[in-house]
Amino acid sequence: MASLRLEGLTKRFGNVVAVNGLSLAVDDGGFIALLGPSGCGKTTTLLMIAGIYRPTAGKIYFDDVLMNDVAPKDRYVGLVFQSYALYPHMTVFQNIAFPLRLAKRSREEIERKVKEVAALTKIEKLLARRPGQLSGGQQQRVALCRALVKEPEILLLDEPLSNLDARLRIETRAEIKRLQRELGITTILVTHDQVEAMTMAERIAVMHDGVLQQYDPPGVLYDRPKNLFVASFIGDPPMNLVPVRVLEQGGRLILSADGFQFSLGEELREGLSPLVGQEVVLGLRPEDLLLSREERPEGIPGEVFLTEPLGGGILVHFAFGEVKLRVLAPREQPVEVGDRLWIVPQGEKVHVFGPDGRSLREADAAA
Amino acid sequence: MQGFLFLSPGLLLILAFFIIPAVVTAVMGFTSLDYRFKWDFVGLGNYYRMVRDYLIPRILVNTLVYTFGTLGIFNVTFGLILALLTTSVGERAGLFFRALWLLPRFTPPVVYAAIWLWILSPTKNGLLNGLRAAVGLSPVAWISQHPWGVIIITNGIIGASMGMLVFASAIKAIPRDYLWAARVDGASWFQEVRHIILPLIRWPLMFITAYQTLSLLTSYEYILLITQGGPFHASEVWSLYAYNLAFSSYSGTYPFGYAAALATVLVVIGAVASVIYWRIFKFREMMAPPRIETV
Repeated sequence: MASLRLEGLTKRFGNVVAVNGLSLAVDDGGFIALLGPSGCGKTTTLLMIAGIYRPTAGKIYFDDVLMNDVAPKDRYVGLVFQSYALYPHMTVFQNIAFPLRLAKRSREEIERKVKEVAALTKIEKLLARRPGQLSGGQQQRVALCRALVKEPEILLLDEPLSNLDARLRIETRAEIKRLQRELGITTILVTHDQVEAMTMAERIAVMHDGVLQQYDPPGVLYDRPKNLFVASFIGDPPMNLVPVRVLEQGGRLILSADGFQFSLGEELREGLSPLVGQEVVLGLRPEDLLLSREERPEGIPGEVFLTEPLGGGILVHFAFGEVKLRVLAPREQPVEVGDRLWIVPQGEKVHVFGPDGRSLREADAAA
Repeated sequence: MQGFLFLSPGLLLILAFFIIPAVVTAVMGFTSLDYRFKWDFVGLGNYYRMVRDYLIPRILVNTLVYTFGTLGIFNVTFGLILALLTTSVGERAGLFFRALWLLPRFTPPVVYAAIWLWILSPTKNGLLNGLRAAVGLSPVAWISQHPWGVIIITNGIIGASMGMLVFASAIKAIPRDYLWAARVDGASWFQEVRHIILPLIRWPLMFITAYQTLSLLTSYEYILLITQGGPFHASEVWSLYAYNLAFSSYSGTYPFGYAAALATVLVVIGAVASVIYWRIFKFREMMAPPRIETV
C-alpha cells in the first residue's frame, strides 16, 4: 500500500489541455473519487498515475518516491478499465493469473492466490470460462480480481460500474467499498456519477475542463460547494441557481430578479455589501426549501406550476416570470397545481455565488 | 433461387476466369498439343512423361523450398516483424515506413527485377560488388553462386508487404485497453506481443499463411526475370518449368500439352493445400458468425 501525491500534474494532447495543474494527495489506505463530466480529464489523470500516459508537466509520487519515469509494470498498480479489458483468448483463471505469471511466481503460488482472490469476489465457479461467456457483472468481478491479485500499491478504478445495470450497480458499489475496507488498499475511483462518488469515496476531487474545482469529503462538497460548477454538479435534483441582482432596501440586502424577490438574513451580508447593484447567482437546494401554507416573513410566495412525484417525495415546480424554482416536498404533504404556498429557505443553507462564480460564504472564502 | 440471381455476376466471372481456364488446361493436358496446334488426345501420355522426367524431382524440391522458405522467412515472419515495428514507433513514422515498404508493389515487376539485377550484378559495377570493391574484396557472382538466396530474398522483400499491411491493420484494431492492461499487469514489449498481440491476430496470421502459400506456388515472374530458373534448373520451380516448356524455345517444339498437364498438377496441389489449410486452421470457425457477444 502506498500514499499518493500529485503536484501540478498537467497533460496536453497537441493544443488540448486535458489536465491542468492538478495537485492532490491521498493517504495510505484512502479511498478517493475523481468526479466530473466526460472530458474533464479524470481518466487521463488515472492513466498518468498508472504510467500509460506521460505527464507533460508535474510530478507523481507514491510514498514520496517520484514515479514519473517508472514504467507501468514497475509501479505495482491495479487498474480496472471501464471496458474491463479481459483478454478474450484466456480463461478467467488465466486472466487473473496473468500478472502473477509475468512476475514469474511459482505455479502453486499462482493457483493459491487466484483461488483466494476469486473467493473474495465469489467467482470461484467461473475460473474455467472465457470472458465471452460471462455476464457484465461477472466480467467486472474478474477485472477486479486481476487488479487485486498482485496486491497492488494503488488500485485504480475507471468507471467500474458504468456498464452494469442499475440494481447490480448498487450491489457492486457496496461490494467494492467492503473490499477496499477489508484490504485497506489506497483506491482511486474515476466516475461521472456523483452518487457513486458520494457513496463510495472518503474524499472527492471534482474536476472540470482539466482543472480541480474542489477536493473535500462528500458532506462538505454538498454543504459548502466552493463554486457554481460544484454546486450545479453535486446534488440530485440539482440545486436551483437563480441569476439575481443585489439591491439595498431600507438597510436590508435584497436579491431580485424579474418577478422574484429574496431578502437575505445577516449571514452573507459582509460578502454581498460590496456587490450592491451587481449580478450574482442565488443557489437553493430543492431539499433545503420548506413549503408552508401560512404566510412566513422570510418566505417567498409562489403558485405551484407543476408537480413530479418521485416516489419518496414530490418535486414541486414554481415559476416567477423567468425564474423557476424546484422544491422537494415530503410525500405526506399534499400539493396540487395552482396551490399558493410560501417557500421558506433555511438561512444557513442559502448559497450565493459572486460574479466570478465563487461562493460568497464566509467559511468558504476563508478556505 | 433469388440468392443465385444475386450471386450471378460474381459466379459468371468465376466461371469465365477460373473454372473454364482450369477445365481447358486439364483437357489440354490429355493432348499432345504443340506448335502445330493439333488437339491429338494421348490419354495419360503427358503424365507418364512427367513420371519419367528426370528434372521433376529436382523441381518439386525447388518448389517446396521456394514456397515455404519465402513464406516462412519473409511473407509471414518478416511481414509480422515489420507490422509490429511500424505499429510501435508512432503513427506518422509507422505510416511512412509501411508506405516505403509498399513501393515495390507499385513498381512494374520488370523494373523491380532490373534493380535487383543491378544490385546483384556479377561485375564490379553491381551495388553489392561495388561495396565489396570499396573494402578491397573481389566481386562475387551472386546469382549463379546463390540462386536460392537470391530468389527467396527478391520475392520475400516484395511479398512481406502484404503480410505487413494485413498484420498492421489487425494490430491496430486490437482495443488499446488490452495492451494497456497488459502493460499495467507487468508485461514487457515482448511479453505484450507474445501473450496479447499474437493470440489476437491469430486469424490474419493463418489467413496470410494459407493465402501466400497458394500465391507463391503459382508465382514465378521474379524468378523468370532474375535467374530464369538457372543456373541449370537450380532455381526452377514448378510453375516456371511449365512456362518455360510452353513459351520459351527450351525444347524447340512448344509442348503445350505437357505444360498444361504440369499446370493441372499444380492446380491439384493448390486445391489439396487449400483443403488442408481449411481443416487445420479451422477456417470454418473464422467464417462462422461469432457464438458470443463480447461487450
